[in-house]
Amino acid sequence: MNTAPAIPPLEEERGGRSLLEVRALAKRFGAHEVLKKISINIAAGEFITLLGESGSGKTTMLRLIAGFEQPSSGEIWMNGARLNTLPPYKRRVNTVFQQYALFPHLNVRDNVAYGLRVTNAPTHEIDGRVADALRMVKMDSFAGARPATLSGGQQQRVALARALVNRPLLLLLDEPLSALDANLRKEMQSELKALQREVGITFLFVTHDQDEAMALSDRIALLRNGALEQIASPREIYSHPATAYTAQFIGQTNLLRAEVRGGAATCGALTWPTSVPDGTALFSLRPETIRLADAAANSPAAEVRFSAIVKQQLYGGASELLEVDCGGQNLRVKIPARGPLSGKQDFSFSAHDAVQVSESSGGIKL
Amino acid sequence: MSARPGTTATLSTRVETRRAPVLATYSLLVFVFIYLPIIVLIVYSFNRDGVGGFPPRHLTLDWYRQLFVDGAIWTSVLNSLIVAACSVVLSLTLGLLAALALDRASFPGKSLFRRLVLLPLILPGIITGLSLLMFAVYAGAHLSLLTVFLGHGTALISVATTELFAGLQKMDRAQEEASLDLGATPLQTFWRVTLPNLKLSLIAAGLLIFTLSMDEIAVTFFLIGRDNTLPLEIWGRLRRGITPEINAISTLIFAASVILIVIWFQLRTRAQRKAF
Amino acid sequence: MYSRAYKSIVSLPPLLWVGLFLLLPYALMLAHSFWMVRDAFIVHQWNLQNYRTLSTSPVYAEVLLRSMRIAASVTLCSLLLGYPLAYYLSFHAGTRREILYQLVIVPLWVSYLVRGYAWKTILGSDGVLNGFLQYLHITNAPVGFLLYSPFAVILMLTHIYTPFVFLPIYAALEHIPRPVVEASQDLGAGPLKTFLRVILPLSLPGLLAGATFAFVLSLGDFLAPLLVGGASGTMIANIVQSLFGAAYDWPLGAAISVCILLITVTLLFLTERLEKHWSFR
Repeated sequence: MNTAPAIPPLEEERGGRSLLEVRALAKRFGAHEVLKKISINIAAGEFITLLGESGSGKTTMLRLIAGFEQPSSGEIWMNGARLNTLPPYKRRVNTVFQQYALFPHLNVRDNVAYGLRVTNAPTHEIDGRVADALRMVKMDSFAGARPATLSGGQQQRVALARALVNRPLLLLLDEPLSALDANLRKEMQSELKALQREVGITFLFVTHDQDEAMALSDRIALLRNGALEQIASPREIYSHPATAYTAQFIGQTNLLRAEVRGGAATCGALTWPTSVPDGTALFSLRPETIRLADAAANSPAAEVRFSAIVKQQLYGGASELLEVDCGGQNLRVKIPARGPLSGKQDFSFSAHDAVQVSESSGGIKL
Repeated sequence: MSARPGTTATLSTRVETRRAPVLATYSLLVFVFIYLPIIVLIVYSFNRDGVGGFPPRHLTLDWYRQLFVDGAIWTSVLNSLIVAACSVVLSLTLGLLAALALDRASFPGKSLFRRLVLLPLILPGIITGLSLLMFAVYAGAHLSLLTVFLGHGTALISVATTELFAGLQKMDRAQEEASLDLGATPLQTFWRVTLPNLKLSLIAAGLLIFTLSMDEIAVTFFLIGRDNTLPLEIWGRLRRGITPEINAISTLIFAASVILIVIWFQLRTRAQRKAF
Repeated sequence: MYSRAYKSIVSLPPLLWVGLFLLLPYALMLAHSFWMVRDAFIVHQWNLQNYRTLSTSPVYAEVLLRSMRIAASVTLCSLLLGYPLAYYLSFHAGTRREILYQLVIVPLWVSYLVRGYAWKTILGSDGVLNGFLQYLHITNAPVGFLLYSPFAVILMLTHIYTPFVFLPIYAALEHIPRPVVEASQDLGAGPLKTFLRVILPLSLPGLLAGATFAFVLSLGDFLAPLLVGGASGTMIANIVQSLFGAAYDWPLGAAISVCILLITVTLLFLTERLEKHWSFR
């Protein structure tokens, strides 16, 4: 399949030691290309999320790293070892499954001890490690219970303990919270984050929920149709989306197609200074970066002012979402709650908040 | 590590099935074991020199020709068909009622009733056959196709009950409630809603009962009178000696069984897939 | 939701029928076991003579033991053939699974007699197998033990019951969620360990059901011995059959039948208990 000589990757990458490197990883099912030559470096100790819609290839990628599927081409390296054809039971990787997949015929304690027993861990250690793991996920009082008697959230914790007790180099989490209801989900999110900090194990988290991804991750890898759209920290990916898709998938935005000439971008009735070269360009402007302009307020040089007619106002408790019409251009504006508005209003935004995005997916590396 | 894995798309996740050469070979051998006798049987039904010896030479249709003019065999076939058809009716009716009772009613001794209904499935046929024989003798009945029919019908209620009970469990109960809500009487509801839902289960159960009745020997053995069913007729011939004519009729039985089972399987998978 | 009338209409006919045609006959058989035969007539005198005969006379014990050994062999062989087949179909067959499944259960529908007869023609001295062996010059003379022996009975019954044993095992294997199997491998267990620690335990109920079925039905089989068993392959059900036939001792035959019935019911009871014990899954 892959006849090129296998070259181990460099250890040092961007300050964090690289734990897992995926190179030009591709996967095809019949005629359907699910993953299109993706390359990612995962640093040791980080919480990185694969984010994407269903069909984006994120679960497939997880399964390739876990070893349940074989890549069609490309390589997976971990700590200098090539993982490609290594079966799952030989990889120092553990998975938390979406439906928990607890062993129904074993109680909680035996479920958690399973990995230690089959890998012949020293017997005198097993009980202690299992007890520690259960305590860590707050399930120690359920040690003798059968999975069938536990709720979804409880099964989730046991699944987590079962994976972590083996001290894997990498923990894979396949949409583990998607089967929980909203409140429980929020609670588990913060527990997971704290757990990862405490344990220090690298987490590779898969989800389609962008709020979840933003809240939990050190870095987000956004996948789209099997290709990597952007990979960056949540703040970076939010404030500087690389593509239109990213800007719209994560959070809300206004997409402005503008003509740039001599350092000024024009879109309909809007004009703002920019350092983008001349030509047509697409810009993303987040609704919350647009403010109501006070006539007597200080106007920094880079402040862009415009007038628009308020067409619709949606009250959201702490904020208002306005739909405004600026000379034919529809914009969404998010401002702190301040009572009903109507008619013509003045708005402003900082020029640097209009971020240029590319149209198509970048297919970028790292 | 593994040879090229085959791919299959199942339900929502695509799973690759790994090849397992040793296991596949073993499974093939098991298949050979299961089918070899039948194949031998079919081949030798065309053998001029009779059953036995190797290899079979001189293929002929003589045995089939002999079979087709064998009056006794076809009489027994007719007898079997009559008994089977009547058994289907009896077993399905009582089985349907029993399934409904188990599904919806509670009464003292229900557990005993359930076990009793299902007992003939697992009890060796000789016991069911002998106890019915004793009953017939004490009731003063002569052994005949009627006693055979009663024996089959009784023993096969278990098959109908099992199949129909499963069908009832899968049924959407809300449909019956909706029917009652819209003004239908329980009888109308049964006729217009319950039965149509069970259609596939009924046909599948009926096919199974038919086949089992056609093939039944153990119970029949003790309840048979002057008129033979097909299996008993063949049995009688076997006592006298082996002829390839028996191979011929066996081959025909095999062919008929295959057709029936293909139909049955199609029905079953359709019944299971239907959310109805 | 269902009125009393509905429930009565539904329950009474099958109850009556089963009571009349199943319960009563079984009770009659039980009663017979406590009666006896005198001067070629059945005398309704309550006694335990039959059971005494059964427990003291060595003939019956020997045949019963032989029958249980044969039944156990059939069960074991059927499991050895049926389980791997079911495992292969469930875990390795992929898209061909449905077709292969149909292929396995087709023989179930082919007449018992037909299949038994087939073995008779194969195993005999002039049979196909001997002809085949002599044709290939592996043997010079017919091999005698193939037919009319316990071996032939075991062979024939294994052939009959392998598909029976396959069915519940396959169903049980199909019920095992695949993520659970993946989880086992993910946690470090290779294919063999995964099988022993996860798949086998979870398939046990199906295995038990199939084994019970094969054992009980083999134990009470009287046709296979008549076809291919010969004198050395006679089983307990044949004795019963002759007692109801030429040997004319219905009460004794009934007593043996009651024993078979007791063994069956006990096994069923035990299996049910075991299944409940493992049913927290």
